[in-house]
Amino acid sequence: MAINSGSDPMRFSASIKVVLKDGVLDPQGETIGRALKDLGFESIVSASSGRIFRLDIDAETEAQARKIAGEAASKLLANPVIERYEVEMAK
Amino acid sequence: MKVGVVVFPGSNCDHDAYSAFKLVKGVTVSYLWHGSQDLAGAEIVVLPGGFSYGDYLRAGAIARFSPIMKKVIEFARGGGIVLGICNGFQILTESGLLPGALMRNSGLRFICRQVILRVENVNTLLTADIKTDRLLRMPVAHGEGGYFVDDATLVDLEKRGQVIFRYVDAEGVVTANANPNGSVNNIAGIMNIEGNVYGMMPHPERACEPVLGSNDGLSLVKSLCSQVAGGAIAR
Repeated sequence: MAINSGSDPMRFSASIKVVLKDGVLDPQGETIGRALKDLGFESIVSASSGRIFRLDIDAETEAQARKIAGEAASKLLANPVIERYEVEMAK
Repeated sequence: MKVGVVVFPGSNCDHDAYSAFKLVKGVTVSYLWHGSQDLAGAEIVVLPGGFSYGDYLRAGAIARFSPIMKKVIEFARGGGIVLGICNGFQILTESGLLPGALMRNSGLRFICRQVILRVENVNTLLTADIKTDRLLRMPVAHGEGGYFVDDATLVDLEKRGQVIFRYVDAEGVVTANANPNGSVNNIAGIMNIEGNVYGMMPHPERACEPVLGSNDGLSLVKSLCSQVAGGAIAR
């Protein structure tokens, strides 16, 4: 019978927030901001939008899972020309 | 001369591109399936308009990883001639073959209408047949056509003559009103430094017969074919 000598991979959950870089035109955010003002939210000065991806990742350590999430973000989930991303790990 | 038109799931201008290139004498056109890794000897590869992979994630973001794109990227890096129209342009920027990105239109709406283009550089394979200062009329049809690039790259693009087409008014003047989508400097089409990869948001293939309202696009199609067939070296 085979004995599992390495440590078992654990499942981690990563949230990747992708938003437009500063200085990139964000007509969607501006429109949302205007709509909020029209609704009476006068204290809201500006709005911007982005997206969140959740990835479930099997890895040995949280650091490794975070690294994989970062690679996925930079290769596919975000377009580095216009967007930046943040990775957040959750158990 | 062989032209290959790539067909992605969701391409919808592939037949228009096929028909447009078919109008040029001595040109044979074939479709290249996205799942294939064979360019079938094409000397010009066209990435057509449409909504490849449903525009999921970002327009062109998924298409860029399809099997045929591996070959198209190799082909382009080796000096092969590639023309990306609309979604094809988005795929070229996503794959890094052209600088910049295509963003959501500044007015947030999908725009489908005729535009007027000023040809900014006639020393390209695509525009060699165009007389300086000629205005071209052809349609745009996109939701994400706002060309964006960082300031430093924009300066380089302009300096090197990589900006080929600009949105202008009927007098040929660059105005904010003539800009349908918020593109920086009214940019409608560009090429890479080497002059073998071309991307444009307007649709020349939809303006190749008078019955379609304009045949200005045919000048570009013919120019590209004759330059490539004549063995012209890019720039």
